[in-house]
Amino acid sequence: MDKSLIRNFCIVAHIDHGKSTLADRIIEKTGLLTAREMQEQVLDNMDLERERGITIKSQAVRTVYKAADGKEYIFNLIDTPGHVDFNYEVSRSLAACDGAILVVDAAQGVEAQTLANVYLALDHNLDVFPVINKIDLPSAEPQRVKDEIEDVIGIEAQDAPLISAKNGIGIEDVLEAVVKKIPAPSGDENAPLSALIFDSLYDSYKGVIVFVRVMNGTVKKGTRIKMMATGATEEVVEVGYFGAGRFIPCDELSAGMVGYITASIKTLSETEVGDTVTDADNPCSEPLPGYKKVQPVVYCGVYPADSAKYEDLKEALEKLQLNDASLFFEPETSLALGFGFRCGFLGLLHLDIIQERLEREYDLDLVTTAPSVVYKVYKTDGTVIDLTNPSNLPDPSEIEYMEEPIVNAEIMVTKDFVGSIMELCQQRRGRYISMEYIEAGRALIKYELPLNEIIYDFFDALKSRSRGYASFDYDLKGYEKSSLVKLDILINKEQVDALSFIVHSESAYERGRKMCEKLKDEIPRHLFEIPIQACVGGRVIARETVKAMRKDVLAKCYGGDITRKKKLLEKQKEGKKRMRQVGSVEIPQSAFMSVLKLDDDN
Amino acid sequence: MTIIDMMNNGFELYIHIPFCVKKCLYCDFLSFTADAEVKEKYVRALCEEIISAGEERQGVSLSSVFIGGGTPSILPKEAISKIMECIRENFVICKDAEITIECNPGTVDAEKLGIYRECGINRISFGLQSAQDDELKRLGRIHTFDDFVSSYESAVEAGFTNINVDLMSDIPGQTVKSWEDTLRKVCGLEHAPAHISAYSLIVEEDTPFGEMQSEGKLDIPDEDTDREMYHMTPRILSEFGYGRYEISNYSKPGFECRHNVGYWTGVPYYGAGIDAASYYDHSRYVNTDDIESYMRDPVSCHYLTEKLGSEDLMSEYMILGLRMTKGVSFSEFERRFDVSMKEKYGHQIAGFEKDGLLVSAGDFLKLTEKGLDLANVVMRGFI
Repeated sequence: MDKSLIRNFCIVAHIDHGKSTLADRIIEKTGLLTAREMQEQVLDNMDLERERGITIKSQAVRTVYKAADGKEYIFNLIDTPGHVDFNYEVSRSLAACDGAILVVDAAQGVEAQTLANVYLALDHNLDVFPVINKIDLPSAEPQRVKDEIEDVIGIEAQDAPLISAKNGIGIEDVLEAVVKKIPAPSGDENAPLSALIFDSLYDSYKGVIVFVRVMNGTVKKGTRIKMMATGATEEVVEVGYFGAGRFIPCDELSAGMVGYITASIKTLSETEVGDTVTDADNPCSEPLPGYKKVQPVVYCGVYPADSAKYEDLKEALEKLQLNDASLFFEPETSLALGFGFRCGFLGLLHLDIIQERLEREYDLDLVTTAPSVVYKVYKTDGTVIDLTNPSNLPDPSEIEYMEEPIVNAEIMVTKDFVGSIMELCQQRRGRYISMEYIEAGRALIKYELPLNEIIYDFFDALKSRSRGYASFDYDLKGYEKSSLVKLDILINKEQVDALSFIVHSESAYERGRKMCEKLKDEIPRHLFEIPIQACVGGRVIARETVKAMRKDVLAKCYGGDITRKKKLLEKQKEGKKRMRQVGSVEIPQSAFMSVLKLDDDN
Repeated sequence: MTIIDMMNNGFELYIHIPFCVKKCLYCDFLSFTADAEVKEKYVRALCEEIISAGEERQGVSLSSVFIGGGTPSILPKEAISKIMECIRENFVICKDAEITIECNPGTVDAEKLGIYRECGINRISFGLQSAQDDELKRLGRIHTFDDFVSSYESAVEAGFTNINVDLMSDIPGQTVKSWEDTLRKVCGLEHAPAHISAYSLIVEEDTPFGEMQSEGKLDIPDEDTDREMYHMTPRILSEFGYGRYEISNYSKPGFECRHNVGYWTGVPYYGAGIDAASYYDHSRYVNTDDIESYMRDPVSCHYLTEKLGSEDLMSEYMILGLRMTKGVSFSEFERRFDVSMKEKYGHQIAGFEKDGLLVSAGDFLKLTEKGLDLANVVMRGFI
């Protein structure tokens, strides 16, 4: 394989700037796929992703392009997830590339995610060239956007192709630019094997299919390969490359090539993203840089609404984990909710996606508890606990201090909203870092924010305070000491474990009060009065009361009504069945999720 | 033989007249305005259905007939005598049967009422709702209190001694005082009514009131006012000699509405007319609600909706029977279902007795005062 004819690249963009559409056009205009075979968006093949307009799992596609110089080039287009929850996956996909196309919307210009993704690409020493998309929009301002790219990002943009991916305008220019501006891969096919795993998926026939970029050496059927981080060793069954939507076997993969390996590997946990595949019999001396073990950032309890469905939930989680090694779960028990699982996710979007898949693909009705970040609890006996479930917080007397995760957040917003966005960040215990005007009308605001202040509804608040104009990106900075307390909720004097959460001591009163108000609306009236109390360390800090029910009677029931009235009573009874019994109080399942919607100040 | 026992052996006929002068803002019954031609055609169709229903029930004698609506009294007088004649020709009507017609104030006069008497109707039910004209207006009613008084007096003059008046609490803008005034005015009529139905307003979704409520524009009395009015009702009515025999129904002794008691005690009934419900052979039926198809073929648009198994029958015995203040009979339950009520529902009964919602008195299990306010809680236990 002549390496000079290979181009390994990806497309980076802010969400909705047209990354997937451009990918479609590139695939369409190059070999191996006719227009008729095109799915709407070839790279996004999960329904859920399509609905959300985002890409979850990396995928790659190999196409053949006959360039103006008359030569045929192999394009390996590697798709990257477009959300901050999947930043590590993005970084590994980038590491598999030699260059990147930066797509910028001709009307919207540079956004927070554009910046974040470009910087990530530049960090990986990729050659980045911009294209200006959606130039056929009436509001397109290509020159302004070119200047902005040069000013803000500092890359040459004056000869950027002006395109409309949607309408197929300018695609040829992009393909030529790929040939000219993205370097051919380097590497030595005769050196010991080192290949970067940038994704993997589980197939029930082939086992784990490992997606790799070969940096050095050659791998073929029969090679005994070893995953350097996990130590798993297997014999290669098949290697190949990625046709659009299918796997095409080939003889070997050598330095510079992108493709897949199968080797009867049973679980994804043996093939972690970022790990290095080498030849077990002729290993490379060092693994490729950048590997890290992915740790869940957000945890929540996931319970079946119908407790008889516990086994079904377990099975569904196991199946999802086959294709998503970053999903973590372990059994847990709640007095209020029964048997369920504590699940760990890369972020709230990841949590949302998993929850939706469980409900949609596995037809499960779920109760989830409020998401929590991972706190570090330093105990007086010198040990440290990673706290993922607020109910497991040790007695305050055993706690020396606690730490919470902090993120570096970048918010890009038009100048009219700078004030209200900064106010929001202050309210969320943000620490101001800097602000710069990246062009006349727009500012890039940097804050350090506690993760637990942004996991619930920060993005919604941001959008509503900026009328949708703000864009937001963050990455984990580390842990900082913080004054944290556990807020407990007592319903009819009984503590409901599934409603406890960790909160900063200064926000405890406010959140406790809102929580009580919310629960008062959620819990139906009973025959008796129900006190709802918020407590910190056994001290009640807020209280509401659900008054006793005084009237629940059908005034009329005559011959023509009987069927309808019976149905009404049946429906009410069904509704009650789905409630959770805590002591003598029936709590609707929605109450357990109500903590999520506490901030209605937007 | 008690009324209830007699009813158990009876069969009831309901006739639905879906026409109104104007639909009230809270009404979710099937009713509408129509011209004379449609009304005439409808009455003809009704008679056809009555003939067919009678043929299928040779030898069945009717313990009660109820002509309801809508507003049956807006039909021309000949229409009602034609319907009654048709019923007599096709059914045996018991000698002491209760035969009721619903009338709206302002739609009847002495002549019409005289005809009703002549054709055997012996009970009038007036939809009054309130003695306050402003409240009547807010409900979208077409009459005043004075209109009612004059219609009522005509009915008394025509010889009716068994008259019901429907009243409503929780009307938008109503106060405890105005409700008390309504109750006292009606009970204090010369020749006071034998029966009073006192309902709390139910705001149904697909009504103008329902829409107003969802827009937050319906100013109904608050919970405290509602409860005060609700608890005041039996107290005031008892001053005038009315006993409460069902959640919303009161009467002078012996004037309980037999037809309605039949609904709550499992007496079979046939309902003729559009959207009318029937219950016989342990099954429930309903007629089409489309007047055009009904008038084309009134006989074959009668549909089975539910077959009741023994579980359903027991459940209905409880939830319907408990609406009556007398309650449900332990011995009757066992006679009907061959299992004792305690064996079947002991767990629920014990729980509700503990909560103070049910109480046993001799052969009967009934709702307590608190249970009458929270009847649905109890009934859900027997569903």
